[in-house]
Amino acid sequence: MNSFNRAEQQAISRAVLEIDVNNHAGVMSHVVGLFSRRAYNVEGILVLPVGDGSRSRIWLLVNEDLRLAQMMKQVEKLEDVIALRRHNADHAVFSDLESFFRP
Amino acid sequence: MTETLSGAQITIRLLERQGTRIVTGYPGGAILPIYDALGQSTVIRHVLARHEQGAGFIAQGMARATGQVGVCMASSGPGATNLLTAIADAKLDSIPLVAITGQVPRAMIGTDAFQEVDTYGLSIPITKHNFLVNSAEELLEVIPRAFEIAASGRPGPVLIDIPKDVQTQAIEIANWPEPGRVVPPPAADPALIAEAAALINAAERPLLYLGGGVVHSGASASAVALAEKAGLPTVMTLMALGTMPVDHPLSLGMLGMHAARYTNLLIDECDLLIAIGARFDDRATGKVAAFCPQAKIIHIDIDPAELDKIKNAHIGITADVQAALDQLLPAVFENSRKNWADRSIALKNQFPLAMPDADNPRSHFGLIRTVAACLDNGATIATDVGQHQMWVAQAYPLRRPRQWLTSGGLGTMGFGVPAAIGAALAEPQRTVVCFTGDGSILMNIQELVTAAEENVNLKIVLMNNAVLGLVHQQQTLFYGERLFASKFRAMPDFIKVAQGLGIAAVDLDQAPNPCATLMEAIARPGPCLIHASIDAEQKVYPMVPPGAANRDMIGA
Repeated sequence: MNSFNRAEQQAISRAVLEIDVNNHAGVMSHVVGLFSRRAYNVEGILVLPVGDGSRSRIWLLVNEDLRLAQMMKQVEKLEDVIALRRHNADHAVFSDLESFFRP
Repeated sequence: MTETLSGAQITIRLLERQGTRIVTGYPGGAILPIYDALGQSTVIRHVLARHEQGAGFIAQGMARATGQVGVCMASSGPGATNLLTAIADAKLDSIPLVAITGQVPRAMIGTDAFQEVDTYGLSIPITKHNFLVNSAEELLEVIPRAFEIAASGRPGPVLIDIPKDVQTQAIEIANWPEPGRVVPPPAADPALIAEAAALINAAERPLLYLGGGVVHSGASASAVALAEKAGLPTVMTLMALGTMPVDHPLSLGMLGMHAARYTNLLIDECDLLIAIGARFDDRATGKVAAFCPQAKIIHIDIDPAELDKIKNAHIGITADVQAALDQLLPAVFENSRKNWADRSIALKNQFPLAMPDADNPRSHFGLIRTVAACLDNGATIATDVGQHQMWVAQAYPLRRPRQWLTSGGLGTMGFGVPAAIGAALAEPQRTVVCFTGDGSILMNIQELVTAAEENVNLKIVLMNNAVLGLVHQQQTLFYGERLFASKFRAMPDFIKVAQGLGIAAVDLDQAPNPCATLMEAIARPGPCLIHASIDAEQKVYPMVPPGAANRDMIGA
């Protein structure tokens, strides 16, 4: 997804975004497309339906740079986004998954 | 009482209930059920464009002229892709638009069926929101919601993709939903308004910077009132022209790339910039780091994502502009700011906007001023995109919000003629003038047929320099005069083209008295093309070179 090596990756500060969305076929495109068309790299994506399946939760692992606040405002403007929460990079949702991503 | 209706009939009924009276579009296989239902409507008039992009811009013209949501339709596949440019244009200029497209039946989606394209996917980045409708029942929720989204907050285009089998699916309807309406945003934080007022009251050299949001919010009168009360010299973006009459004593006209020098220079000197419904677009700011370098910034916008996007505001207020001005006005002290006004006048006298040859109707500025002299403020002025657009922005005395229709953000050549047709359809009592160029007009020339068919009161002023003027200008100034692909070697006979497509045409080049011919052509009802050759060597001046600061303008 980008040209950083592992050491550089670890040096970059990260953030984890937790996004509650309406669950339908196009919603992932809306969220991911927003990041890609603003040239903002997404390092990790997790998504599963929650509750009765009318909503999903999307977890994004993103690099933290000066534009993150602007990106979060843009995410909040999407009609299908119900709530957006920001966490630190050490959030368990991604760190617990590391065993599945060994080279 | 329940009725059994098809998805297509439900769609049309919901449009009727929204108050839509004109839709424009182009039929095709996947939207024929809707067209069949539309044909039965006694309330909605359909205007047949000659290209889907034309339909999109006609709907935009209606929306821009009135502020109401414009509605256009197209079939699947190429019909939908042809609409995309007009939708993207609406997104960048925040124009409320509902685009309805037919789609192949649900069972065929994803099979590469005839005229199948992923309209939903294609339209995600260029719409405010979009829908792929999965059932006739869903239409009852989606269509009012689409209108609500298009018109609420920062306006924008919404696309509804309706598979053909959803259009033909019949369901029983007992209750109709309420039409989708504007949902007012929360009021501005009173504490922030108080801070903003204090900052304005304390400022010595405050300057007002109005954007298209002032037009969308219907806040022109309040913006002018604020300027008058607090003695604020006022600049407008391209989108905001007309919000303050250009000859108002506080008006500095348009800012940015093709502003008058005094306008950009005064912005450099201000100690407070009050940005209202504006988004610090690069054509307005020039090199951002050098934009209003001494100023604190108050930024009021309905879209919170615009605050701190380009320039950090000292006070950022998310609010409807009109509502915010209502709160702000009583808290601002009356102050004529004599010294600052004098400085503004001094700069204006020292660095005025040069309008050479403005008395000669065969020059570009002279032609624009002569057209203006034939009209009153009731006229609506549309443009295409290019040199003529900037010259009209500089020279036409715009005095009314929604008087001015131009493609600002996307800068779409081909916008002018169909958008002007839309404005003329929406407000038939007005004369609509479209200034265009020999490049732009060819991009949607087929809509002259639509103009003829609808007999709209539209005067197209074609400023023909036989080149792509802005490309020619940039190649001349910044590419070592290597003119490439900007000079047309073959030029159509535009008089014959217009006549062949069914509208009247006059050639000012051949007229012994161009003023009289122009006045006659404008006064005669119905569509008319007015052709005038202009000098290809003329530049849009002054100009901020790409990447430069606004103070460093070149040219006259």
